[in-house]
Amino acid sequence: MNIRALPLYATIAIFLLAYLICYLQFPAMLSTRVIGNLLTDNAYLGIVAVGMTVVIISGGIDLSVGSVIAFSGVFIAVVLRETGLHPLAAFALLLAITTLFGAAMGGMIHLLAMPPFIVTLAGMFLARGAGYMLTIDSVPIDHAFYETMQRAYYLMPGKGRLTLLGLTMVASVILGMILLHRTKFGTNVYALGGGEATARLMGVAVGRTTVLIYAFSGFMAGLAGIVFSVYTSAGYPLATVGVELNAIAAVVIGGTLLTGGSGYMFGTLIGVLTMGLIQTYIVFDGTLSSWWTKIVIGALLLMFILLQKGLLRLRVSH
Amino acid sequence: MTGTKLLRRIAPQLLTLAAVILLVSIYYPAFYQIVFVNDRLVGIPIDVVKRGAPVALLAIGMTLVIATRGIDLSVGAVMAICGASAAWAIDQGYGIGAALGIAGAAGLVCGLWNGVLVAFFGIQPIVATLILMVAGRGVAQLITGGTILTFDSNEFAYLGSGTLIGVPVPTVIWVLTGIAFGLLVRRTALGLLVESIGVNLRASTLAGINSRVLLIAVYMGSGVCAALAGVIATADIRGADANNAGLWLELDAILAVVIGGNSLLGGRFSILASLLGAMIIQTINTGILLAGFPSEFNLVIKAVLVIVILVLQSPRIMPYLELLASRFKRSSATRLEAGE
Repeated sequence: MNIRALPLYATIAIFLLAYLICYLQFPAMLSTRVIGNLLTDNAYLGIVAVGMTVVIISGGIDLSVGSVIAFSGVFIAVVLRETGLHPLAAFALLLAITTLFGAAMGGMIHLLAMPPFIVTLAGMFLARGAGYMLTIDSVPIDHAFYETMQRAYYLMPGKGRLTLLGLTMVASVILGMILLHRTKFGTNVYALGGGEATARLMGVAVGRTTVLIYAFSGFMAGLAGIVFSVYTSAGYPLATVGVELNAIAAVVIGGTLLTGGSGYMFGTLIGVLTMGLIQTYIVFDGTLSSWWTKIVIGALLLMFILLQKGLLRLRVSH
Repeated sequence: MTGTKLLRRIAPQLLTLAAVILLVSIYYPAFYQIVFVNDRLVGIPIDVVKRGAPVALLAIGMTLVIATRGIDLSVGAVMAICGASAAWAIDQGYGIGAALGIAGAAGLVCGLWNGVLVAFFGIQPIVATLILMVAGRGVAQLITGGTILTFDSNEFAYLGSGTLIGVPVPTVIWVLTGIAFGLLVRRTALGLLVESIGVNLRASTLAGINSRVLLIAVYMGSGVCAALAGVIATADIRGADANNAGLWLELDAILAVVIGGNSLLGGRFSILASLLGAMIIQTINTGILLAGFPSEFNLVIKAVLVIVILVLQSPRIMPYLELLASRFKRSSATRLEAGE
């Protein structure tokens, strides 16, 4: 058996087990309605986690994504309010900005040879600050096209709604899987995560790959920002504080090694759904307080990190 | 460190601080005014050294952690836990001594947790402390029961808003803590050992340094600093707010250490420079408000500051700067020899 895939199997097993426990207690949990909502409510987190997975497998980290999502919402809201631009044009403009922003951070990480942690921390301040500069209020978005997007869904059997947002997330994950597991870029990302010096000796264009990785993360954060703005119909510069942590947690729970070089995109989807499931369970239960989400996620993080450490030892000793 | 050597080490920080103060005083000329009213010093500089207390305290512990090539993301959450425990203890009718003891113990336990994960399980520090960063706020909310736990104790509130011979108590606490940690690491070999772990953990361990114990001790030190910061934050508002106490302060603390010229790649460190870094951050925060700038500029200015410092610290740029400096020195030396 492929020992590298063990964390992925563990993630899937835990998710199925957790769902079974939820189902035994609340039979209503196993309905397409709950599953549809699980996808819709966690769409922005899932999309941003796709970018984060690529970054983390390359051995980096991107702390700026939460701020970029907030900036995206504000940017779209302000552009739609101030100009007569169609939302799709605003989306294209925004994606160009966030992709360039990510590319700039990747360029700095490579050129300055500084830890991604601190470079993206500066990016986090910058994106949040840029959002504040546009507006400090919550700007509502009132556009016919937004209503169309919100109403777009496919009615699954059992009256569950597979919304446009949920579909966007699933499509992002599939795009991420193809990019990571089926392209040369993906191979380069794994090589970079295994070790920069080795990757360079193997002929990986380290600089270009680094820039592309963070540009991809920036693009995904922009896309998540669009989804979040459709989800909330507003732009607010204080929104999605700390989402980068949730995304990192989802990636780790999904079985990706935080030291880089190992992990699967599909695991991230399961990680996001596991986190969503905990929240859904708390809602269903009604008596548990919301802070248990944080504690359970922390415990899951610990478990997966220790599991991966154990696997690493196993691999070394064999 | 001799006097001139120390001065040369902290010169960039002192210059930055002076520049920031100068910039603020252009917009707000009354900056330097300090008066003595009602047995306490009042003025903007006093406000800066008081408000900067939590970040300064966190920066002390963070400096040591970063010197070991680690990072402690959990300090903000630990602040919330310790503040909540102290408020809970006061609320339950324990005395102030017991409350402080419980808060300190909570900080030590949090540090021990981080330290064990890093030193024994060999988990990357950023990941190990992430766990407590995520779960810690949940734990703090568990202690406060999800509400802002208020209490009525003038003795405890004194720690946040009282004065000692005119000086705000939080200032006294961070200065004394800074001196205590400074003496501990510089008057013993501990500081040197911490630096050697940061430069090369394996070599240090092979050379006979008990790196596991030392790493755990460093994280526990960071926990104690976070506990003190949490107590001050809680005492200041007479209530424990599990959601907002110390929120994002870990980033400010890391920023203070970086502004202090300490390398994130571990090794040589200076607590004094980090404390100056914390004061620079607080002066910027206060200055932006005083100058009448909207506070939304705050983050952008901080970001620009980080980027400038990053460029200056970068291992790719540093050699060029040093080369430039040495060339300048050599050329001036040859000119001296030539009798010019």
